[in-house]
Amino acid sequence: MARAVTTQRKIAFTALAWIIGLAIFFPILWTILTSFKTEATAIADPPVFFNFDWTLENYTVVQERSDYMRYLWNSVVLAVGSTIFGIIIAVPAAWSMAFVPGKRTKDVLMWMLSTKMLPAVGVLYPIRLILIELGILDSKGALIFILMMINLPIIIWMLYTYFREIPGEILEAARMDGATLKDEILYVLTPMAIPGIASTVLLNIILAWNEAFWTLTLTTVDAAPLTAFIASYSSPEGLFYAKLSAASTMAIAPILILGWFSQKQLVRGLTFGAVK
Amino acid sequence: MGRITLDKVRKAFGDVEVIPPLDLRIEDGEFVVFVGPSGCGKSTLLRLIAGLEDVSGGEIRIDGTDATNLSPAKRRLAMVFQSYALYPHMSVRKNIAFPLKMAGLDKAEIDKRVEGAAKVLNLDSYLDRRPGQLSGGQRQRVAIGRAIVREPSAFLFDEPLSNLDAALRVGMRLEISELHKRLATTMIYVTHDQVEAMTMADKIVVLQAGHIEQVGSPLELYRTPRNKFVAGFIGSPRMNLIEGPEAAKHDAHTIGIRPEHLMVTPEGGTWTGKIGVSEHLGSDTFFHVTVPGFAEPLTVRAGGEVDLHYDDEIHLTPDPAQIHRFDAEGLRLA
Repeated sequence: MARAVTTQRKIAFTALAWIIGLAIFFPILWTILTSFKTEATAIADPPVFFNFDWTLENYTVVQERSDYMRYLWNSVVLAVGSTIFGIIIAVPAAWSMAFVPGKRTKDVLMWMLSTKMLPAVGVLYPIRLILIELGILDSKGALIFILMMINLPIIIWMLYTYFREIPGEILEAARMDGATLKDEILYVLTPMAIPGIASTVLLNIILAWNEAFWTLTLTTVDAAPLTAFIASYSSPEGLFYAKLSAASTMAIAPILILGWFSQKQLVRGLTFGAVK
Repeated sequence: MGRITLDKVRKAFGDVEVIPPLDLRIEDGEFVVFVGPSGCGKSTLLRLIAGLEDVSGGEIRIDGTDATNLSPAKRRLAMVFQSYALYPHMSVRKNIAFPLKMAGLDKAEIDKRVEGAAKVLNLDSYLDRRPGQLSGGQRQRVAIGRAIVREPSAFLFDEPLSNLDAALRVGMRLEISELHKRLATTMIYVTHDQVEAMTMADKIVVLQAGHIEQVGSPLELYRTPRNKFVAGFIGSPRMNLIEGPEAAKHDAHTIGIRPEHLMVTPEGGTWTGKIGVSEHLGSDTFFHVTVPGFAEPLTVRAGGEVDLHYDDEIHLTPDPAQIHRFDAEGLRLA
């Protein structure tokens, strides 16, 4: 039911929403603006907003100094790789939890969630030492595994919530219709769960892409993704705000664009089951 | 063929026994209705036959072979669910074709059978729509179509009409009955609605708390209910059950008399009471009559245009041949 809302209230809330939205977006906007300034304008006091000489120089320098494409490639490999492996493990897990729950299913789900409350730094050294011992520090494979493990609870939870919405009777109908477990999963369950799987994949790619703690501490050169690329510009070489901004812009651009185009799908996925 | 035999079939969920050991024979071609109040185990019993639930004991035989541990797919039964359970991502055509595809039939044969089923069920013009674009009645037809194409040895219906509105329900009831006449295949139909049971069944199985209270044809159950429960459950409006001195006059703990077996007389009569609510259906009128000394008001069926009103005095005489007598345990006395 529509509720009567006065015009003043509407205006007030719209304004508030815009202010909060802009406040959240401001650092990103500022970074993007700064990336088009010269180093001198970047640190000008008072700061300048739009009335400066726009330049692409920072981007050229950044591209020349470091191999952007390599970092980008690593980011893609880590984000997509960890997501694919995560989904392969999470789909059957979420499936069994949603459709054939046992006595301990709820406990397992809570326990998985509780691992997200563990401060990552608490296990940094054990994991780092293990990787060194195994000789796989700074390897993409190891990082894919770690990123997958970090996000697995979220993937399983999201898929579980999704699968729970699929009526059991439809699966039973498939069984009555002569479908084997494989047919049931292939022809009935998966097609019905596609929207849920898609938004889970998207969210997980974004999470893995933005992950900085493990990617920074466990990589040096070979496996270093865009997070490391940005970090390399905050080095003690001096104050290169404009170049740091250009690097940041280049690092966040791909995921920002992906997020922008898939926001509908993401919102649907994240709020699924909340409203019937 | 579709002869189904349950031999001491039992079902327990954990420590709770929902169906104590139960025997039942369903003959080939019979239309059997499981009826009972909600929670009586009728759907569970159907799901045991379907193989969607595992039995905790006993044996299920379908056409003479032991099916107790067969998967649902291998029992050659088709089921129509209360929620229709259509595949939302498939067109009507694909929904109906699904069991045939699973059975590995070739495309030409699948097309032929789907077209045939669609014609029978008046679904020709909807074949390329998705279930979401259909009305409740059409969805129900698709679900039936999906069941008939595979030519199963028996059909299982789990309260298939309860999601439809009253008018549609009557129509679909007839369609299902006609389908049964035409196919002559065994059908097992679960409902809580005794009108559906009475109108459709060759054989009614009345269940309560997982027990079979009585098995028989609709008229057998109507004429000679084995106990008070069946007496009260079968027939609409329900049978009047009277305890106390009136019952004692007939050497019984309880006597039962159906609303249609009470005669309204201008004066005299066995019982005299006052009219409470009256329900006019046009063809009939049902009076709810308070009789002094009776625990509950009596329901009486009278003609459609009887000129009696609220608070009027009414004289009632039960048809002596139609009085049902029950003992203290509720069992029928001969």
